[in-house]
Amino acid sequence: MTTVSPLHYLIVSAVLLVIGTLGVLLRRNIVVILMSIELILNAVNINLVAFSHLHRQVNGQAFVLFVMAVAVAEAAVGLGILIALFRNRGTVLADEMDLLKW
Amino acid sequence: MDTVLFIVFAAVAVACAVNLILQKHPISSALSLVGVMGSLAVLYLLLGAEFMAVTQIVVYAGAVMVLFVFVIMLLNTGQETGGGKSWFAQVAGLPLLLAFIALMGLLICGPLMPRLRAVQFGSWHGGTARAIGRAIFTDYLLPFEVTSVLVLIAILGAVVLARKEID
Repeated sequence: MTTVSPLHYLIVSAVLLVIGTLGVLLRRNIVVILMSIELILNAVNINLVAFSHLHRQVNGQAFVLFVMAVAVAEAAVGLGILIALFRNRGTVLADEMDLLKW
Repeated sequence: MDTVLFIVFAAVAVACAVNLILQKHPISSALSLVGVMGSLAVLYLLLGAEFMAVTQIVVYAGAVMVLFVFVIMLLNTGQETGGGKSWFAQVAGLPLLLAFIALMGLLICGPLMPRLRAVQFGSWHGGTARAIGRAIFTDYLLPFEVTSVLVLIAILGAVVLARKEID
């Protein structure tokens, strides 16, 4: 393996996606869960940039810009919700927030 | 040279990602996420996406991580103690994870890749700020403007949610 093809970038992206999903599922701290969601969105961005390079078109990178904007908005709102939750409930652990659980 | 750079920074990205979910303290996870973002910026540079690499550093490693570290410091969350994992999740999770990985590998290595050409640094200069700006302000003008509305809503939502009197 002397040359790197877009396939290898897709493999890196898939590995990061699986790790991010594991972080969302396994961790209890909501801050770490939000970080894992950022990791998943970055894995998607690698895919878009790799396909942009493969097809020699810049559209994929424009999509990456939109994904970044959505990710930043999601992080800001998510952390705002987390601060409000911490002020009311006094915890940041996901399994202790069971107000809606039946 | 390209291959060495790719292997090194892909390995750093994966190692930092694993460290992110293994660390017990949120600050360690945040620092690992900075490592992932920096490595991904180098991977973008190798793919010829110069503007995306700079944006990745500025937006993610700069703004988003400062936001995360700020919230971690604000909430003063200590180490996370191990929680009770459900028995069903432990039994059913591993086969499902393996099935998911196998399906994704099948899709990646299968018919989704039309023709593979080698990625060489400098072989394509499409990711300049000029090209991306042209794409955004001509073809994707409407999504760009809608994104500005989305960001405005996010700002309002964050301000309202993090206000003092929430109840």
